[in-house]
Amino acid sequence: MYKARAWLSRSFTALSSNPLRVCVVGSGPAGFYTAEKTLKAHQEAQVDIIDRLPTPFGLVRSGVAPDHPETKIVINQFSRVVQHERCSFFGNVTLGSSVSLSELRQLYHVVVLAYGAESDRALGIPGEDLIGVHSAREFVWWYNGHPDGKNLSPDLKSTDTAVILGQGNVALDVARILLRPTEELATTDIASYAWTALEGSSIRKVYLVGRRGPVQAACTAKELREILGIKNLYVHIREDDLIKSPTDEEEMKNSRIQRRVYELLSKAAASASSQPMLGQRELHFVFFRKPDSFLESNERSGHVSGVHFEKTALKGGGPGKQYAVGTGEFEDLDCGMVLKSIGYKSVPVNGLPFDNHKGIVPNIRGRVLKNISGDSSQVENGLYVCGWLKRGPTGIIATNLYCAEETVGSISEDLEQGVLASSSGLPKPGREGLLQLLDNRNVRPVPFSAWEKIDSEEKRLGSLRNKPKEKLTTYEDLLKVAT
Amino acid sequence: MLLPRLLRVGAFMVKELSRGGCTSISRTGCTRQHWRPFIELQSVPRVFQGSIFQKYPHFSTTAENDASHGSNKQKDMINVTFVDKDGEEKNIKVPVGMSMLEAAHENDIELEGACEGSLACSTCHVIVMDMDYYNKLEDPTDEENDMLDLAFGLTETSRLGCQIVASPELDGIRLAIPAATRNFAVDGYVPKPH
Repeated sequence: MYKARAWLSRSFTALSSNPLRVCVVGSGPAGFYTAEKTLKAHQEAQVDIIDRLPTPFGLVRSGVAPDHPETKIVINQFSRVVQHERCSFFGNVTLGSSVSLSELRQLYHVVVLAYGAESDRALGIPGEDLIGVHSAREFVWWYNGHPDGKNLSPDLKSTDTAVILGQGNVALDVARILLRPTEELATTDIASYAWTALEGSSIRKVYLVGRRGPVQAACTAKELREILGIKNLYVHIREDDLIKSPTDEEEMKNSRIQRRVYELLSKAAASASSQPMLGQRELHFVFFRKPDSFLESNERSGHVSGVHFEKTALKGGGPGKQYAVGTGEFEDLDCGMVLKSIGYKSVPVNGLPFDNHKGIVPNIRGRVLKNISGDSSQVENGLYVCGWLKRGPTGIIATNLYCAEETVGSISEDLEQGVLASSSGLPKPGREGLLQLLDNRNVRPVPFSAWEKIDSEEKRLGSLRNKPKEKLTTYEDLLKVAT
Repeated sequence: MLLPRLLRVGAFMVKELSRGGCTSISRTGCTRQHWRPFIELQSVPRVFQGSIFQKYPHFSTTAENDASHGSNKQKDMINVTFVDKDGEEKNIKVPVGMSMLEAAHENDIELEGACEGSLACSTCHVIVMDMDYYNKLEDPTDEENDMLDLAFGLTETSRLGCQIVASPELDGIRLAIPAATRNFAVDGYVPKPH
């Protein structure tokens, strides 16, 4: 039995008639870096990347802000991966409805789930369902023309104030999009309907609220520098909030990022004028406040009119582990729109073990475990995760480079040790099998060449309006151009 | 059914091998096109190269070109050594004015360059191995420092490869490509294992 298994494991790479068939679910950075590294590590491997959208690239297309085009350049590298002859992209294929997880595991030797985090952490406080309270994730999808984001239709005309909960880079992105002069956004790939709404927006004041202090702010220097540099923007930071405790000093000593962020906030506080000038838009950094409930408007029932905050203080745990504790004192901020930017959350799928508390699939170095409390002997053979689904929704695009390296390393180890051959040493149908199954179900996958048609069309439409591209924002329009 | 097909493949391969001829792509471009269905000639797709090369069409680091243009070109080149994450060294010649990122890609050195040199990522992070050379470099701008904040395995002599531009005084510089670490968090926080 051992001899047969050893022969079978060698048979993956030795015979081109039984190439390693890999399916990557999700075509964002995690999916693409995984595909790239798999192709490189295994000269016979055939990699198929599937995505539920007709368009590839995940958050690089739908998350990175329109005024950050350089961050999207990585799309060039990802496009070269698909152009490899052993790699294919199939858009419009949804895990669950187009093809089930168990079907994929039958079709491929290796399945890597890299579908990210398409939901939100909930605050779980009263009023969260009031009209005007949105997740930042949905707002980002909206201005980036994601087909699921179009119908958000945020009301930017009934209020002059928006409160953003959270102070990470996503929070700064949405604040910046709300505050930037719209002329500057006109030449980006922002969705046209969003630009029109922003042009007519009455929002003039934005609050960025964090539970903890400036030393703990989750944003990074580039984004902070950028928003502080917006033309004609009044920035307000309370000097008292900048007072550092010894633990804060220790935290800053250990972290270059936190040091530089704090310095930027300090400088901004010191150089700010005491009052905004007439017509100036305002950005307020508010620290040590945690949302207790959302207030409902008396004039417009069902609509949010403010946020009821509890003041906080930081409690022990040591540097890097300080947490906010309520002090029993409360304060309200009036506003007509709230954007919750407290973290994305992954969505579980049938047949997949899921840690609901952490919002990830339980895994060890990318190998999916049978259950949350499982140890390394409880591994689901041939099933792996990469990206936010594996680590939680943090990090930058490049974080997935290392994440993919780890997951592909696990796959290679398992291949070498014959673990993958044990479930079935027989050749798998792979791409041909998937396409047959999809055809039987009347699902029309969108190959990369079809995406290129969409891309060309978007660029063409963009050139008519001095934009790098004019995104197609409905499934209908995308699929029409694709076929 | 599989076995006869395998035997046919094997027989073909033995026949082709015995005929000889080059089986790899060299700089002079010798290839055997009909090998393609059975053996991949390009061992690795050139997925690391960016479009930045179009900026320097007249620069070249091939030996043939150096020889043909004589010693004039030698004056405009400096020696650079890249040390990869496994400790392997590669010595290359880099024309003055070219960035280390471009030079790496021109020479098939595995240095990522996600944003292709536009200061929007940290993937071309390199470690200058000698303090003397590090001190010869101009201080990083705020923009570069913002990206270095996010680099994995940041050291006292870290720089972005796309921002180090070859100049005569950098002749002999040694650059290490940092090993991937398991430290995934942006702020340096090391998460507890699951």
